[in-house]
Amino acid sequence: MGNEVTITASGKRRTQVADVDRVKYDFRYDDADAEKLDAGLTPDIVREISERKNEPAWMLEHRLHSLEVYNDMTMSDWGPSIAGLDMDNIVTYVKPPTEQQSDWESVPENIKDTFDRLGIPQAERAYLAGVGAQYDSELVYHSMQETASEMGIVYSGIEEALQGEYAELIESKFMTLIPPTDHKFAALHGAIWSGGSFVYVPKGVKLDFPLQSYFRLNAKGAGQFEHTLIIVEDDASLHFIEGCSAPKYNVANLHAGAVELFVGKRAHLRYSTIENWSKNMYNLNTKRCRCDEEGEIEWISGSFGSHVGYLYPMSILAGRKARASFTGITFAGRGQNLDTGCKVVLAAPETSASVETKGISKDGGIQTFRSSVIATPKAEGSRCSVSCQSLMLDDRSRSDTIPAMDIRCKNVDIGHEATIGRIGDDKIFYLMTRGVSEEEARTMIVNGFAEPISKELPLEYAVEMNNLIKLEMEGAIG
Amino acid sequence: MAHTLLSCRNVSASVDEKPILHDVDLDVAAGEVHVLMGPNGAGKSTLGHVLMGDPTYELTSGTVLFDGDDITGLSPDKRSRTGLFLSFQAPVEIPGVPLRSFLRTMVDAHDIAMKNKEFKRRTKELAEALDMDTVYLDRELGVGFSGGEKKKVEMLQLLLLQPKLAILDETDSGLDVDALSIVSRGMELYRKECDGTLLIITHNTRILEQLHVDRTHVMVDGHMVAEGPASLIDEIDAQGFERYESLVADAR
Repeated sequence: MGNEVTITASGKRRTQVADVDRVKYDFRYDDADAEKLDAGLTPDIVREISERKNEPAWMLEHRLHSLEVYNDMTMSDWGPSIAGLDMDNIVTYVKPPTEQQSDWESVPENIKDTFDRLGIPQAERAYLAGVGAQYDSELVYHSMQETASEMGIVYSGIEEALQGEYAELIESKFMTLIPPTDHKFAALHGAIWSGGSFVYVPKGVKLDFPLQSYFRLNAKGAGQFEHTLIIVEDDASLHFIEGCSAPKYNVANLHAGAVELFVGKRAHLRYSTIENWSKNMYNLNTKRCRCDEEGEIEWISGSFGSHVGYLYPMSILAGRKARASFTGITFAGRGQNLDTGCKVVLAAPETSASVETKGISKDGGIQTFRSSVIATPKAEGSRCSVSCQSLMLDDRSRSDTIPAMDIRCKNVDIGHEATIGRIGDDKIFYLMTRGVSEEEARTMIVNGFAEPISKELPLEYAVEMNNLIKLEMEGAIG
Repeated sequence: MAHTLLSCRNVSASVDEKPILHDVDLDVAAGEVHVLMGPNGAGKSTLGHVLMGDPTYELTSGTVLFDGDDITGLSPDKRSRTGLFLSFQAPVEIPGVPLRSFLRTMVDAHDIAMKNKEFKRRTKELAEALDMDTVYLDRELGVGFSGGEKKKVEMLQLLLLQPKLAILDETDSGLDVDALSIVSRGMELYRKECDGTLLIITHNTRILEQLHVDRTHVMVDGHMVAEGPASLIDEIDAQGFERYESLVADAR
């Protein structure tokens, strides 16, 4: 198969390398002779990406180094199969498709229907259609950016930021939390990353409304290898919302983004994500946060989309009394294998972390909760509790819990609890005797199960999550 | 004479291929109060669930007519919408679903035209009538509720829906005095507000004290063995079910 996959690109493209000299790429791909295609990534391709972006020299070095690491590294052998990813032809994922879906009408019917029912704003839809709405999205983005910038907050594209006054700061942080050597997809990311956000919140600045990458990504056409770098300085506070649900419809099928978050002393960061990639996506995203003394990271994470997902946001509690909480929900339906969870590193005294997750599997979907808690010898007096509840909606679906604990410190308090269950027939019957249809009854129970997560979300996102669950539940009967 | 609201004919049902109900006949006329009695394990609750269409039980024979329509094959939600109600012995808990929004869903499912304001007023009024603290309306359905509080929620639903027929399954529920008075008050209000029809499954005659009972049915081992006026209750109170049990034993 491999090289035959010469980009059928029937849909839209999202990579930010979109504007790379088309002719060059077209030549490569239109060439029927597969021999001429380089198997895998080459330094030339990486140089091209870097050149096009007009990057500083260190970034090119970083990319080339990452590429070497990538080529030397073996694929991990745990977790859901990613055999369906054509890794020999990774260029496929980098290169912009030769065709672009340019109007809403060409988006497949079922997707359009989903968008309609999700109530995605007109602007979003129009964006999918092409140019017009980009304008609208830009406006939203700018108005938000203005308010934030008056407070001294920087919120921009990371590529743009690399050209500006924060270039050195970025250089000092970029891929230090997620080094290319971390795993093969981190290396891949290091080599070909493109697009993403940069947020800088100065000391003591507290932003009381969330920044959302939703609009911005739409406005600029986010890549599948986007890099998000957020720095919240001492005593500052930020809520960042990433992604949101439906708009990231994508025909390409690999997402290997990276999110690096730095939380200063007594600073606070809430990072919310509702992910709903299309169901052909391999979502191999890496997210990591470092918290200094008394700093706090709160993760809110909803995973609904993707064909295969590996996602374990990591909190490194590096300063005394740093805190982390992780609230997550994963919904795996037909054809989905979602391996999600989180990692916590208690690396300083008196740190604390709490993890609460919910997993739902349906229609043969596989949902795995995987967690890792590490208490280093410095973690004296720290504590961490992990709680995970899973709900299987039928006999064909599967839920697993894989907790790992590595404790190298005597005086710590680490707890784990997990429950896996089904929807009781007695509950369905009860609700039905009150006039509620079976489908509605199941949806109600699943929404109730997800409620501890949705209540953490801003209202419009909570509504959207409930809608997503409703969509997933439709046709669940029989 | 009032028309027959509920009519069961030859209803037999089993669970996991084990027969529980045998050719049960039962008629309840509109506006009447019927009591279904019997010893533990007689199949009284099963009959209540079968009438409501619980898929746990397989109907092996018989028909159920309700308000002139054959509802034998209908799902529980459809039965509910035709005006049948079952108050549960042990109502379930649904975490994450606030009672108020559940009640709203229920009202909407029944196409009861009720604006939000009216809905709020009515739920508050009913909660007060049932001595129920309105903070429960914002709690998760049944979660952490005491037995008495769960009963209040059942009665509140009954009064909100005002069904044509309410089956109250009170068997073995071990209700304390307070819970008993809640059920009594609920029944009273239901009778008063909409002249409701009741089928009360119980062997605790205390909840019947305040109520005018029209007919009493006795069930033993899945068979209807006796039917009579209200005075039958006193008789059973005094003598128990032995007489009826031996009747069934002799018939075998």
